[in-house]
Amino acid sequence: MPRVAITGVGVISALGNTAAEFWDSLQQGRSGIRPIETPGCTALRFRNGAEVDAYDSLQHFDEKQVPFLDRFAQFAVIAAREAVRDAAVNLTPDLQASGAVITGSCVGGQNTSDEGFVSLYREGRPRVNPMTIPRTMANAGASHISMELGLTGPGFNLSTACASAAHAIGLAYWLVRSGGAPIAVTGGCEAPFSLGFLKAWEAMRVVSPTTCRPFCRDRNGMILGEGAAMMVLEPLEAAQSRDAKIYAELCGFGMSSDASHITHPSTEGPALAMQRALTDAGIEPKHVDYINAHGTGTEVNDPTEAAAIRHVFGQHADRIAVSSTKSMHGHALGAAAAMEAVATALALHHQLLPPTANFTERDPAIDLDVIANQARAAEVEYAVSNSFAFGGLNAALVLRRAESQ
Amino acid sequence: MSNEISERVRTVMAKHLRVPVENIASDATFEDLKIDSLDSVNLLFEIEDEFDISINDQQARDIKSVPEMVAGIEQLLAAKAENPPAGAS
Repeated sequence: MPRVAITGVGVISALGNTAAEFWDSLQQGRSGIRPIETPGCTALRFRNGAEVDAYDSLQHFDEKQVPFLDRFAQFAVIAAREAVRDAAVNLTPDLQASGAVITGSCVGGQNTSDEGFVSLYREGRPRVNPMTIPRTMANAGASHISMELGLTGPGFNLSTACASAAHAIGLAYWLVRSGGAPIAVTGGCEAPFSLGFLKAWEAMRVVSPTTCRPFCRDRNGMILGEGAAMMVLEPLEAAQSRDAKIYAELCGFGMSSDASHITHPSTEGPALAMQRALTDAGIEPKHVDYINAHGTGTEVNDPTEAAAIRHVFGQHADRIAVSSTKSMHGHALGAAAAMEAVATALALHHQLLPPTANFTERDPAIDLDVIANQARAAEVEYAVSNSFAFGGLNAALVLRRAESQ
Repeated sequence: MSNEISERVRTVMAKHLRVPVENIASDATFEDLKIDSLDSVNLLFEIEDEFDISINDQQARDIKSVPEMVAGIEQLLAAKAENPPAGAS
């Protein structure tokens, strides 16, 4: 079966507007969690988020383009442009004809929805912006990327809450592996900071009033984030024949459903997703050296994920380094898994494992080797990136270190 | 005061759980009533509405029974009486 290479990455997040800035923060254990600055997002029980800092649309888009793009779709295009530029791939007419765009976005254009509702319900106006539908639709990111790059192959968006981008990347991987597309731009995009949506998270009582401390004894919830991360996938052979830089190989994908509870995760579902990803990669649990965990920092997720990891890896879990980079880029919902997959690819590329930032004290209920606060140099051949959605829909990706070039 | 609050809490809970109010003992724990984390979030929302109070996440985490709920509400109502929100008469 053809192997698949990650040849380009792009990220815009609370950690900066490029993948280089993203990696710089990750390797330094520097968190992008700060007081929320989006106007109107006060009167909440939490104050902190991981927003893209001082974002200005006009630095990235023509004045004429902006009215067609909600913030989340802008992020999608910015990250995709960077990923393709980074891959240094010549998008020939053949590649454009069948090239795929597969994105994850959970909530689409929240800002646009919120503005429309304020206009109708608060200001009593009789109409909303006519671009509300095309700006709000969750596939807008994928659509704008396809238009920007002229890719006319398969294009779609997946919405599976916090696992959206993992499902997207996994399916893009399978598509490229099966020969269904000669190249894919894939990842996730999200911009969830609007008062109406933050109020909904407040009501769920899972957002931290302080910061995100995954796997710590005193963790008290997740911190929302925003941005986009995209990657370019190509058959390994094609990448090698054009001497492309290869960050890592994507080599396994597994999915499962808990089929149990709409918000409470199970141990079995996540374990099954990881097992299936390992089987898909054709490796055994003992081959895995690093896990980029789902690690939300909520009371329930972290010990459940730890138990699932222990269930799959048994004794070998003692030898797996684990971290949650959500402690730095926040939980960007539909974009989270893409940021984490890029973090994992960069970790393999640099052979340096990003830490769990904001780490205080180990939780005795979590029996894992959690990398605390400081990045760890390590020889890593295979890594797993976990994503588990509200609604019990789970996805795991397996990445492999690129062969030395 | 406490009895009246307890009655109102039990009424809200009975309605939420779709059971007769007699089934909600005044000393019942959430575990007795098979209330999971999602039920509890919904219940706190209805209680906040019923008493016009705001229960923070830490308080919410500590409430795991009817008496704890009643005690928490009493505390919040007392604090509200001392410091009425701006604009309240």
